Amino acid sequence: MNAHDENRIKHLLRQALPPVEAEAKPAPEPSIDLWPAVLRRLDTQPAEQPRLNWVWFDWALLAGVLAVTVAFPASIPMLLYYL
Amino acid sequence: MRSGSNGVLIREPDQASDLLEKFRQGDLDAFEELFRLHQRAVYGWILRIVRNPSAAEDLTVETFWRIYQARARFETTRGFEPWARRIATNITLDWLRSWKPESELSAELIADQTAVSADPGVTAEIRLKTAQAFARLPRGLRVAAILAVVEEQPHKEIAGALGISVTAVKLRVFRAVRLLRKDLERQGITP
Repeated sequence: MNAHDENRIKHLLRQALPPVEAEAKPAPEPSIDLWPAVLRRLDTQPAEQPRLNWVWFDWALLAGVLAVTVAFPASIPMLLYYL
Repeated sequence: MRSGSNGVLIREPDQASDLLEKFRQGDLDAFEELFRLHQRAVYGWILRIVRNPSAAEDLTVETFWRIYQARARFETTRGFEPWARRIATNITLDWLRSWKPESELSAELIADQTAVSADPGVTAEIRLKTAQAFARLPRGLRVAAILAVVEEQPHKEIAGALGISVTAVKLRVFRAVRLLRKDLERQGITP
C-alpha cells in the first residue's frame, strides 16, 4: 500500500466518522451533571460475585482432590497422569 | 489556588499533590474535586472512541467509580489524567466487546454525522460502507485508528491509554488502514 492509498483511506475514514471536536464546539461535555450518578454507583457494591464463587469453587475442588489422594493414595499417579 | 489567564482556577503544585494524596486516602471531597477537574477530559476521551454521548456518559460514571475503587494503587507522581485515561480506555474496550455496530450504523446516522464537513467527492454510500468496514475491524485496531487518524490525538497519549508503545500504536494504525482498504476493495471501492 503506497502513501497515496493510505492517505485516501484515512480521508475516507474521516469522512465516514468525522472528529468529535469538529461536531461539538467547544469541547464536548456531558449533557447532565454526572456526579450524582457517580455517588449512586459508589453506593453499590462491586459486581464481583462470580469471581468469589470461583474462589470458593477452587478451594472446594482442591479439598476434594486432597481428600481423594489421602483416602486412595494409589490414585496419585493416575491424577498426575491426567494433569 | 490562582486564576489563570482564561479565568480557570489553577491549583498550585503543592495543593495538587495534597488533593491527590487526600483522594488516595479515600477523601470523598477530594475525589469530587478531581471529578470536577477531569470529568470533561475523561468524557471527551470516551466519546471519541464510542461516538455515542449516552454511552459515553455511562462509561464516564463507570470510569470514575473504578478510579475510586482503585485509588490505593494510584501513584501521585504519575499524574491523574493519564491514569484516568488508561482506566477509561480499558472500560471502553470492554464495552466495545459487547457493542453491535450493525445495529447503530445506519445510513441516516452516517448522513447526519457528515452533514457539516462532507467532501462532495465522497458519496453517502461510500461513507456508510467505510463506517461499516471500520466497525468490522478488531477492537484494538479500531480504537488506535479512530484516536490517531480521526481524532488526531498524540500517539504518546494513545500509547499510554492502551498500555502499549508508540511503535505499537503506529503498527495498529497501519494494520487498521490496510484491513480497511482490503475490506473496501472487496466491496468494489478502490482508493
